[in-house]
Amino acid sequence: MTVAGKMRQYQVVGRKAATEDNANPEAYRMIIFAPNAVIAKSKFWYYMHQFRKMKKTTGEILDCVELVEKNSRIIKNYGIWLRYSSRSGTHNMYREYRDLTLTGAVSQLYNEMAGRHRTRPRSIQIIRTATLAASELKRPNGMQFAKRNVKFPLPHRVASAKRNVKALSDKTFTTNRPTTFLG
Amino acid sequence: MVFKRYVEVGRVVLVNYGPDAGKLATIIDIVDQNKCLIDGPSTGVARQVIPYGRIALTDLTVKISRNARQKSLTAAWTEADVLAKWESSSWAKKLAAKKKRASLNDFDRFKVMVARKQKSSIIAKKMKEIAA
Repeated sequence: MTVAGKMRQYQVVGRKAATEDNANPEAYRMIIFAPNAVIAKSKFWYYMHQFRKMKKTTGEILDCVELVEKNSRIIKNYGIWLRYSSRSGTHNMYREYRDLTLTGAVSQLYNEMAGRHRTRPRSIQIIRTATLAASELKRPNGMQFAKRNVKFPLPHRVASAKRNVKALSDKTFTTNRPTTFLG
Repeated sequence: MVFKRYVEVGRVVLVNYGPDAGKLATIIDIVDQNKCLIDGPSTGVARQVIPYGRIALTDLTVKISRNARQKSLTAAWTEADVLAKWESSSWAKKLAAKKKRASLNDFDRFKVMVARKQKSSIIAKKMKEIAA
């Protein structure tokens, strides 16, 4: 799927279509991360026909509602279990992210998997997500920021060359070396 | 080379890129090595995650706890008198001077030229006295 912009979290409920023998089939609920509701419903059927004998033509979606983060004002630690296929096989993975929202963490996940492992979003399946307390973190990067009284300087400040600013100087030629130490 | 300005909860920062450019805010929490959570209720900066490349650390800090509420943040700012301290710093004065210079109209630039000529004539006269 294309992952344009931020991911959203949807709760999709669906069941097999009601027939004469089975008037009230069992309904299944899935939490899906997708950029929009259309893709969310499509992913619902993608997973449902992997797990159960149910597909879009033989079933119906009863409900697709977006889940919004309860408190998007505080930073939380998220643990995400995923399954992804690489060039040589498919593997399970567990990653941790710090973000304001779960959907923000999932967006970070897709970008990081693309960067570090060249995994396209179509190859990633999110198995499980959890909000973690600082003591439950396992990866060192998040652990060092989840502590009390975190404090560090910004040692090497470079002007971003992406901003139409020449890196380190606004002139092509200059007679003195730039300073990157801003206290 | 000792570091004096740290990214920490309570550090007053100047936002230097984006819609809130030129405004002060405080770091209320740190996300990771690239971004932090800032808030500036006294200066009109909404609570948001911002990368370090868009902010500049100042020398001022305020005493707040992590994730301080806007009310306690405003109270801490008035107690530490951040805005007055900032305005009296040479950094803020230089920014204000730059802004003023960029907003001059033609008459103002004429006045600046006349003032510079007067200043240089006073200096030249004094130099002549000293040389003689």
